[in-house]
Amino acid sequence: MNKTDVIIIGAGPIGLFAVHQLGIKGLKAVVIDNLDKAGGQCIELYPDKPIYDIPAVPECTGKELTDRLQVQIKPFKTNFYFNERVEEVKSDKENWIVKTNKKNHFIAPNIIIAGGVGSFEPRRISLKDAAKFEGKSIFYSIKNKDDFKNKNICIFGGGDSALDWGLELSKFSNVTLIHRRKEFRGSEHTLNEINKLSKQGKIRIKTPFQLEKINGNKKIQSILIKDDNGKTEEINTDIILSFFGLVMKLGPIAEWGLNMDKKTISVNPYNFETNKKGIFAVGDICNYSGKLKLILSGFHEVALASVECFKRARPNEKYKFEFTTSSKTIQDRLGKK
Amino acid sequence: MAKVTYIDSHGNSKSIEVDNGLTVMEGAIQNNITGIDADCGGSMACATCHVYVEEKWLDKLVKPEDGEIDMIDMAFEPKKNSRLSCQIIVSDELDGLTVITPEKQS
Repeated sequence: MNKTDVIIIGAGPIGLFAVHQLGIKGLKAVVIDNLDKAGGQCIELYPDKPIYDIPAVPECTGKELTDRLQVQIKPFKTNFYFNERVEEVKSDKENWIVKTNKKNHFIAPNIIIAGGVGSFEPRRISLKDAAKFEGKSIFYSIKNKDDFKNKNICIFGGGDSALDWGLELSKFSNVTLIHRRKEFRGSEHTLNEINKLSKQGKIRIKTPFQLEKINGNKKIQSILIKDDNGKTEEINTDIILSFFGLVMKLGPIAEWGLNMDKKTISVNPYNFETNKKGIFAVGDICNYSGKLKLILSGFHEVALASVECFKRARPNEKYKFEFTTSSKTIQDRLGKK
Repeated sequence: MAKVTYIDSHGNSKSIEVDNGLTVMEGAIQNNITGIDADCGGSMACATCHVYVEEKWLDKLVKPEDGEIDMIDMAFEPKKNSRLSCQIIVSDELDGLTVITPEKQS
């Protein structure tokens, strides 16, 4: 059991800034995120898109913002638990116990939920048989490419992941690329390579087709694909790889007994606490009258929530408001001389 | 102002007066139309506001940019008349527009 002052769920920009606001108050935090790195939507959805409304930063990309926030919180040496999803939250006297899908346990008087629109998951194939093949014949990512040697593989999707894996796996497997329209989206170099392999017969391209049916019992034997005019074609295959990006799912958060409004958590606008004492929600996932889903609003929300976190984590100490410009204590915490 | 009709996958329909300048997605979200999630809030980054546009309206809409077409690749069961409702901006010319929401968004 890891004991800390605050458990932060979500390593997006607001979760990262939470570390800062807690850190300068002398509070320790851990951060848990289902993705494999920090940044949340900034990294997954728009790493290269410029953001123009961060105060005093006229322009920066999602990636730049994430990088800078990580630099800003470096002094606090925070532990991040990536590729982990919080499954369960339960109370234990004045504390909350959080359990993740990797069986890690955390205990703290405060939880800050900075979960955005939920955790990112691969967009799964919607055919009802697809679930039973997942992890056996259907994959949404590749951990070890040796598992994909000397197979018949159908790859669905038209973006970088589909194309890059198509190129890679075609070196030792029989690859068919299937996409709903004729154009693929990738770098010129990748597209040229794909075209070359296609002409040499080393990779098969089927467009404009979509997956219609999966045949097989324990393993996939073949699939049926269909074009816009209803024409179908059967392809024998061992494996389906599907690259349709990520979706955001609220997941277990909905079952923690928090007051919800659609997919957001209701909070008060004074300290962003939910209906459960010591559980806060900030950023896109919280909801109060007048809420704006902006990064800068999240920064404000977490600053206020951190004060309440302090009061709960240090009930015997008086909270003292301080400026970073003048507080020796804060400057010490930031490692400034 | 334009009247926009949203029809869900079961055929239930709702018509809403949407102000000019708002998107078809915003018209739905502000009026509790189910079937449009809009997880990313309209930044063309998630494909959960995907709709099928009634065929006769397709040509009257501003053509989708590449980013939108790429996102539609990710959508649930895209068709020829698929659009992201966050990219359709309402104007008087779109009075009567009808969109059908897919069975699900993700």
